[in-house]
Amino acid sequence: MSDPLLQVDDLHVHFPAGGRAVGGKRNPVRAVDGISFSIERGRTLGLVGESGCGKSTTGLSILRLVEPTSGTVTFDGTDLGNLGRKDLRRFRRRAAMIFQDPYASLDPRRTVGDAIGEALDIHDLHQGRQARATRVAELLERVGLHPDTGSRYPHEFSGGQRQRVGIARALAVEPDFLVCDEPIAALDVSIQAQVLNLLAELQDELQLTYLFIAHDLAAVQHVSDRIAVMYLGRIVEEGDRRDVITDPQHPYTRALLSAVPVPDPVAERQRSRVELVGDVPSPMNPPSGCRFRTRCPRVFEACGRIDPDLIPVGGGEGSVGGGHTAACLLHGEVGQPVERSEHPDANEIEAGLDGALPNR
Amino acid sequence: MSDPRVHQADAELEAPSTRHQSQWRATVSALLANRLAVFGLVMLTALVLTALFADLLIRQPINAQNLADRFAPPSSQYWFGTDDLGRDVFSRVVVGARVSLQVGVVSVGISLVAGTLIGLWAGYRGGWIDTVWMRAMDVLFAFPVILLAIALVAVLGPSLRNTMIAVGIVFTPIFARVVRGSVLSVREELHVRAVRSLGASDRRIILRHVLPNVAAPIIVQASLSLAFAILTEAALSYIGVGVQPPDPAWGYMLSDAQRFQRQGWWLSVFPGAAIFLSVMAFNLLGDGLRDALDPKQRSVIESRGVE
Repeated sequence: MSDPLLQVDDLHVHFPAGGRAVGGKRNPVRAVDGISFSIERGRTLGLVGESGCGKSTTGLSILRLVEPTSGTVTFDGTDLGNLGRKDLRRFRRRAAMIFQDPYASLDPRRTVGDAIGEALDIHDLHQGRQARATRVAELLERVGLHPDTGSRYPHEFSGGQRQRVGIARALAVEPDFLVCDEPIAALDVSIQAQVLNLLAELQDELQLTYLFIAHDLAAVQHVSDRIAVMYLGRIVEEGDRRDVITDPQHPYTRALLSAVPVPDPVAERQRSRVELVGDVPSPMNPPSGCRFRTRCPRVFEACGRIDPDLIPVGGGEGSVGGGHTAACLLHGEVGQPVERSEHPDANEIEAGLDGALPNR
Repeated sequence: MSDPRVHQADAELEAPSTRHQSQWRATVSALLANRLAVFGLVMLTALVLTALFADLLIRQPINAQNLADRFAPPSSQYWFGTDDLGRDVFSRVVVGARVSLQVGVVSVGISLVAGTLIGLWAGYRGGWIDTVWMRAMDVLFAFPVILLAIALVAVLGPSLRNTMIAVGIVFTPIFARVVRGSVLSVREELHVRAVRSLGASDRRIILRHVLPNVAAPIIVQASLSLAFAILTEAALSYIGVGVQPPDPAWGYMLSDAQRFQRQGWWLSVFPGAAIFLSVMAFNLLGDGLRDALDPKQRSVIESRGVE
């Protein structure tokens, strides 16, 4: 059953902080700070989190568009960290990316047919001009655009159409794996659904595997098999789509879920919201202990000292590839009992719970 | 709509109807709408034609001395008068155009090629390559243009060829900086990143994606630099380290004329006017090109034209 196409282990991506050219060490920006996950062949992992939590950097570093600081990324059994220049290009034929901004991701000076055709040129995927044009028309049609639109320039297309062009370009290299970096965030709501449907159709048809990055759960829950929630460079909860949506275990996931509007106005008015205060702390200097504690509505004393690991939580047996995990001290005893002897703070956790809750 | 999987893609199926107007055509029409730029263009055309057909235009051999007619004022026979040796000033100014243009084109060509290569290399690679090259350019840049050119000519020896080399070296850092700056921003643009994600080689990215996007500032800089190159050559010739007599060059015609201010105003006015007009023409054209090509304004209008 377990046949991961992509396996990420303890991935770190740190950027040097700017400002000082010579001498004086500054903390690096820990954009991605030790995350692990895997995606099974033909499945979709939704990666959710606020702006700046490192989700896009994760996608870029998987494709080695940003060099990881440490950790391994294994794609179909190959460790991507060791790829030479040639192998890296070969790998990029198997993995492509769809970008958030369909305005900026296409060169305004070149026709969309040329943009798609270039992907073919790069990997010598066509024989002659005629074959290239035919294949471009085919790809345009595949993503729901008129096959004759290849001679037009990006500015003649709407946002949704441009995103389709971006998808066609990604498909041109015949990939197995697509990183979709917020592919619908820049689109009108009415267009979002169409693009999501297109991605779903393509997945069925071409057996694609997706890493679907988004900042709200609403988009992700419709396309994902599994969902990982990211906060400040870490994954705080990961599990089967249904488990995460219906039975969220981490306070941050709950807050994200409560930000998703409910279509029924009565229900919308009645439900309780978890509102987060403040901003995401600086990834140059993350809080001690649990990174979410500065904004967590259920914070207690131990959170400042213990950096929680992902541990199995919840009752739901994941229907797709494994369990449901969360990184929160509240669940120290719920899923898999933590031995009190190994967990010296368990008593304090309980004591802290009593005092901390009614504040909000 | 509670379920976004509802299928309704047909709304977007039909082809967009707007006509493509090529960027080239847009640039040309923007340029032609600018009167000053057109004026510059016309003068430059005249200058180039003069230089090309100088042999047909001259009224006397440029070094033919006619001592009987020394310091003849402008007349129907000597349009721009004659100098202290009775040489026809008009013919010498005409042939001087050829020298000035040659110096301008060759030296700007040298600095354009060298500066663009350095700028592309430094900007695209970044890191220590960038640091080393750009600090070297800063050192060159720190010298006053004329002073550095004089020093280079002093080392190489005064001649037309060495003047062109010196001016070319002096202007290289300007191009390197302009190109590097543009490369730094273009390199990070999403569409370049997108092409890299498809597995494009550095060569392809530089030649097909970076270079076309930095071409506009290069063109503008070339046009403005031509003006300064002509001016620099004139200055070098004026102080005697540029073009050597008896070849006519505007700069040293001016310096010669200085000695005979009282005998004939025409000796200095005509070569001076020639320098002034050609420098102004290049400047006007350069300004017009910058306005017409401004990549920021244009690309914003183009890419967001829908909204």
